[in-house]
Amino acid sequence: MLPANPLHSLLSGDYPRSRVLAATLFIILVCLAFAPFLFPGSQPINVAAKICVFVILVASYDLLLGYTGIVSFAHTMFYGIGGYGVAIAMYNFSPTWSAMGIGVVAALILSMALALVIGLFSLRVRAIFFAMITLAVASAFAILASQLNEITGGEDGRSYRIPEMLRPGFRLFDEPVLGVMINGRILTYYLIFFSALILFLLALRVVNSPFGRVLQAIRENDFRAEALGYRVLVYRSIANCLSAGMATLAGVLMAIWLRYTGPDTTLSFAIMIDILLMVVIGGMGTLYGAVLGATIFILAQNYLQVLMGELSDALAAAGIPLLPALFHADRWLLWLGILFVLSVYFFPVGIVGKLRQLRS
Amino acid sequence: MPATPALETRELTIRFGGHVAVNAVSCAFHPGTLTAIVGPNGAGKTTYFNLISGQLKATSGQVLLHGQDVTGLTASARTKRGMGRAFQLTNLFPNLTVMENVRLAVQSRAGAGMQLLQLWSHRGDLIDKADSLLASVKLLDKRNAMAGALPHGDQRKLEVALLLALEPDVFMFDEPTAGMSVDEVPTVLELIHQIKARGDKTVLLVEHKMDVVRSLADRIIVLHNGTLVADGEPATVIASPIVQEAYLGISPEAAA
Ligand SMILES: Nc1ncnc2c1ncn2[C@@H]1O[C@H](COP(=O)(O)OP(=O)(O)OP(=O)(O)O)[C@@H](O)[C@H]1O
Ligand SMILES: [Mg+2]
Repeated sequence: MLPANPLHSLLSGDYPRSRVLAATLFIILVCLAFAPFLFPGSQPINVAAKICVFVILVASYDLLLGYTGIVSFAHTMFYGIGGYGVAIAMYNFSPTWSAMGIGVVAALILSMALALVIGLFSLRVRAIFFAMITLAVASAFAILASQLNEITGGEDGRSYRIPEMLRPGFRLFDEPVLGVMINGRILTYYLIFFSALILFLLALRVVNSPFGRVLQAIRENDFRAEALGYRVLVYRSIANCLSAGMATLAGVLMAIWLRYTGPDTTLSFAIMIDILLMVVIGGMGTLYGAVLGATIFILAQNYLQVLMGELSDALAAAGIPLLPALFHADRWLLWLGILFVLSVYFFPVGIVGKLRQLRS
Repeated sequence: MPATPALETRELTIRFGGHVAVNAVSCAFHPGTLTAIVGPNGAGKTTYFNLISGQLKATSGQVLLHGQDVTGLTASARTKRGMGRAFQLTNLFPNLTVMENVRLAVQSRAGAGMQLLQLWSHRGDLIDKADSLLASVKLLDKRNAMAGALPHGDQRKLEVALLLALEPDVFMFDEPTAGMSVDEVPTVLELIHQIKARGDKTVLLVEHKMDVVRSLADRIIVLHNGTLVADGEPATVIASPIVQEAYLGISPEAAA
């Protein structure tokens, strides 16, 4: 038996296995844990909250893609169901905790039931069929959400109020702590941060459980897993439901943070592509990859433009021709694209995979 | 009245388009026996195994395990009921370690796959069992290597370890020693011999090497073009003209 080491239990024995990776993860953890104190202002905390949510969303997707070998395009649908669960409950009932609870539970049930039906219906056939079905269902759902004006607010989405404690006007203490006033916004941030942390550690446990190894076996060779006596369809379906449930909770957290839910913030296909990129950049089949992928991607999305603007100005000031135009802030998307292509090309196993290779 | 066979096939048939790969094969296998299945390449031996263990669905006919019809069951359900199969073409989990490969089979036997919140490493009993199996196929020193990175002979041994881990009632070996180096073969043959010596297991062995068949088998059945053409004591079957022709490719006239 292994010693009862708390870190071992917490990380489920799945250590980063690379010093650089461990250090990076630690820095990310500290920055996120103290974001409101380290980086004052509304933009940084916004970025930090988004990173927390996407770590969960990407990790839940990796459970499917990286661990079980299932390609799904319906992930934003489950994310959206979480968002709309909160939105509809807050908007139609009242901005209370109990209404939110009902919204979250209803969203979870709907997501997992949908995941189960889609899975049982299509996971028994070829993998590509499942991918196509999820694409079709997700598109249908997005259309439905934008058409059902009465319920979802249609294209405009819904803005709503959240429980008192989480509103910006709320003050936990009369005096600032470490120079920061602990308001409802900061409480909301910590609600998101700790939810994300717990969900992440739970996911880490699942992938390092006997069940998790069966998922990996299915990814490697589903035919043999079945021959060994594992009911592949059942395992895949459970993985699909777990992943959907986790994505739903990510949607819930985002909806609480934004106090708005609409098609563009939850269901858009652009988000699906972002998730895919984050998984691939971080490294498939390792949950730590989700942390790195989400952090790098969202930082780049938010700060690359600013950084490039400054670089361009500096180059222009130095009198260098052509380059200022190339690095103009408006070209940031181009550079983001180039960065992704390069990272996928040089790190086909993702950043985490690369770091672990370097070590051995 | 004789005891129920551990395994029986009745008129088992599969067609691929117009081609009948296994043609109405009826045969019973009893506990404590080792039956060798021989026949030329493409005779349908592997396909017969696939029908028995549920990898392929029969066009017609039945498979009975311990007297119960399992024809409609999936491969995993048949494994749960006591069938075990080692594959002719190595069929492992390449990006998992040797240890993890065996442990997955041990875990399936223990019915411990559905534990979601327990740590994989906490089931020391399963790990010990996997280690002892690895020792029996002489792979313990490679337990942490990736299965896909093993040399061919080691992969074949791992394949056998996975089957042993399932502890089935019916063992199906499909050319277990093919592609192994000469010094590896005895380990595997000894393991098969031990299974047979227990007296309660049923072993089916597809094997091309006649000396192996002679030394291990109680009985030989011959498949040719999907049809069962001979069945009996090893010495008799090997000497029969049909085997001389069908399997060894010698016409009876030439042999005479
Ligand atoms: N899935 C399939 N689809 C079509 N034909 C198949 C399929 N599987 C097997 N066959 C055909 O069935 C016949 C029997 O093949 P099988 O693999 O059972 O032979 P075998 O006796 O195991 O031969 P070997 O000694 O070479 O292993 C062959 O003609 C093969 O081409
Ligand atoms: Mg064969």
